[in-house]
Amino acid sequence: MDAFIDFFSFQDPNVRLVVLGMLFISLSSSLVGSFAFLQKKSLVGDAVAHSLLPGIAIAFMLSGSKNPWVLILGALISGWISILIMDYLTKRSKIKTDTSIALVLSVMFGLGILLLTHIQHSDFGNQSGLDKFLFGKAASLTLIDIQAFGLVTLIIVALVGVFYREFKLLSFNYEFAQAIGMPVKALSFLMNTLLVLAITTGIQAVGVVLMAALLIAPAAAAKIWTYSLSKMILIAMGFALFSSLIGSFISYTYVNMPTGPWIVVILTFFTVMSLLFAPKRGVFSRMKRQRENSLKINTENILKALYHLEEGKEEFFEWHKLDKILEKRAFNKVTLTNSLKQLSRKNWIVLGEQKVKLSKAGELEARRVVRLHRLWEMYLTKRMNFKSDHIHSNAETIEHIITPEIERELILELGAPKIDPHSSKIPYAD
Amino acid sequence: MSEETFDLALEVHNLTVSYNRKPVLWDIDFSLPQGKLIGIVGPNGSGKTTLLKTIMGLLDPDSGYVEIKGEPMEKVRNQISYVPQRESVDWDFPADVMDVVKMGRYQKSNILKRLSQDDKRIAIESLEKVDLLEFSKRQIGELSGGQQQRVFIARALAQQGDIYLMDEPFVGVDAATEDAILQLLVEMKSKGKTVIIVHHDLQTAYEYFDWMVLLNTRLVACGPKEEVFTKEKLQEAYGGRLTVLSKIGDLISNKEFPIREKGFSEKK
Repeated sequence: MDAFIDFFSFQDPNVRLVVLGMLFISLSSSLVGSFAFLQKKSLVGDAVAHSLLPGIAIAFMLSGSKNPWVLILGALISGWISILIMDYLTKRSKIKTDTSIALVLSVMFGLGILLLTHIQHSDFGNQSGLDKFLFGKAASLTLIDIQAFGLVTLIIVALVGVFYREFKLLSFNYEFAQAIGMPVKALSFLMNTLLVLAITTGIQAVGVVLMAALLIAPAAAAKIWTYSLSKMILIAMGFALFSSLIGSFISYTYVNMPTGPWIVVILTFFTVMSLLFAPKRGVFSRMKRQRENSLKINTENILKALYHLEEGKEEFFEWHKLDKILEKRAFNKVTLTNSLKQLSRKNWIVLGEQKVKLSKAGELEARRVVRLHRLWEMYLTKRMNFKSDHIHSNAETIEHIITPEIERELILELGAPKIDPHSSKIPYAD
Repeated sequence: MSEETFDLALEVHNLTVSYNRKPVLWDIDFSLPQGKLIGIVGPNGSGKTTLLKTIMGLLDPDSGYVEIKGEPMEKVRNQISYVPQRESVDWDFPADVMDVVKMGRYQKSNILKRLSQDDKRIAIESLEKVDLLEFSKRQIGELSGGQQQRVFIARALAQQGDIYLMDEPFVGVDAATEDAILQLLVEMKSKGKTVIIVHHDLQTAYEYFDWMVLLNTRLVACGPKEEVFTKEKLQEAYGGRLTVLSKIGDLISNKEFPIREKGFSEKK
C-alpha cells in the first residue's frame, strides 16, 4: 500500500519521469498503431521496429552522442529505408508480402546487432545504454528523453487530428481516395513517417522486440468493443495508458522487474479479456447466445410434443406423464428438467409429480410452433420443390427461428393453407 | 460504329495496360457518348476492371491516354463518381453507413476543412435515394451484400458527378436491390448523367444498357447495343482467346520486353 501511495503521488522525480515517458509513448503508439492495425500492417510495424537498430547505431557512431534527437533521426532514416525496401520487394519482385517483411525484419535486425556489438567492443566511450533499445529500459529515461518524447507525441497527435478524416478514408478504401484525387502518396508518406516516429520513441521503453505489441494490442483489443473509429482509438489509448501505468508501478514496486515486458503482459490481459467478454462478438456472449438458442429449441420441442399428445382429441389441457413426452421425443434428463423449469417459469405449463399439462398460454405457444413447422413444410414443397418426404428435418430447425413478421409473410404468400403436405391440420391462433 | 455525332463523355486512345508486365489490354480505342447507360462487357479476365481502373487513373497505362469531355482526368476528377468493387474493401472496418457516404463529399480542396452543412445534406439525400436512410447509424459490416452495394452507390451519388463509373454493381445483390439500382440508373440517365458499368452477365446486359463496349483483352466492338449485340461479335468476344495474341503476351512478360519502343510517343 505504501508503495502504491509512493508511486501514484508522483513525489519521486524518477517516477514522474518514467510515468510521463510511458504516457507519451503509449499515447503515440496506440494512436498510430490503430491505423496500422486497420490497414493490416501489424507485421510491418514489427519489421520497422527491428529495422530501427542499424539507424540508431550508425547515428551514434557518426555523432558519438546519445542525444535522443540524433538517435531519432537515425532511426527515422533506417525505418523509412525498411519501408521502402518492403514496398519495392512486394511490388517489383516475385517476393510476396510476408516474405519481404520477414526478410527486412531479420536482415535489418541482424545488421543492427552487428553494429551494436561493434560499438560495444570499440572505444566509443559512453556506449553503455545503447543495448536498452533491444529490450527497452523505461526506468533509465532521462529528462531530455522525456522532452523529446513529449514533442514527438505532440506532433503525432496533432497531425493525426488534422488529417484524421483522410487517414480514415485511406485506411478504409485506398483506391477510392486515389479516385477522388486525394494526394494518396503524400498522405501515405505522412502516415508511415508517424508510424516510424511512434516506434522510434516506443522502443526506448519496451525495446524493438516487444514494440509490435504496444502498437497493435491496444487497437486489437479496442476494436472488439466498438464500431466507431474514433471510439476505437480512444479505447485503445485508454488500454495503452492504463497498461503503462500498471507496468511502471509493478517495476517500481518489485526489484528487478522490467517495465516493458510487464506492460505487454497487461496489454495482453486486456486483449484476452476483450475477446472473452466483449458484447456481441466476445466468446462469452456467443456462448450465451448459443445456450439461449438451445433452450428455446428444447422448450419449444416439449410444447410441440404436448401438442401432439393432445392433437385430435376432444379434451385439451390434460395431465401427461413425462414418459409420454419422452416417447414423442428423446431428451436427456438434465435438458428435460431445465426446459420444464423454464416453461413453468413462463407459465406455459403446469408442473405436477412426474407429470405436466399445458396452460392456456402454453397451448397458444405450442400451436404457434406447430403452425410454423407446418407452414414451413408447405413453403418447402410449394416454393422450393422439396419432396414431401424430405421436408421434416429441415422444418424441425427452421420452426424455431421464424419471426412473427416472417410468419405473416409466409401466410400471405401461401394463402393461409388449411393443411400441410402430410395432410395434418395447420393450427392457427384462433 | 455508329455514324451519328454525339457529345463525347469519354475518349480512350490506344490504351495498352499490363499487369505484372503482361499486357491485359491491347490498344483499346473508343469514344463514349454522354447521357447513356453504357456497359463494359466481356468474359472473365478480359480486362474490364483494368480498363475501368485505368480510366480512373488508378493504373498507369503502358501507352495511350484517356480524355473526359476533352480534358485529362486530373482536371475533371470532381465530375466523376466512382463505385469500386464491393469486395475491394474490408467491411469489418469500424465505420457506420453515414461515415462511408460522407466520404463521397471528401475532396482534395477540403482536406483541412470540416464538411459543410451542404455536404451533410447531400450525404443524407444520397442515402435516401438508395433507401438506406434508416440504416445511417448501422455498422457497415452488419449490412447484407445488397445493402453494402447500395452504400457504395450512395457514396458515388454524394460525389454528384456527371459521369459515373461502376465496377460490377450487380454482383452478389438480391433481386430487390438489383431493381432499385437499375431504377436509379435510369433516373440518372434521364438527368443527363453518363453511367459506365463493368458488367459480366451477358443475360442481363442487353436489357440494362443502351451502349456497350465489348471487350476481350482487345476491343471487339463499341456502339449502340443493337450493333454490338450480334451473334458474330459475341462469338468473337466469348469464343475463347486469340491464341497468337496470348502467346505474344506471355513472351513480353517472360522476356521482360518493352511494350512500346523507347522514344516512341503517342500523338495527341
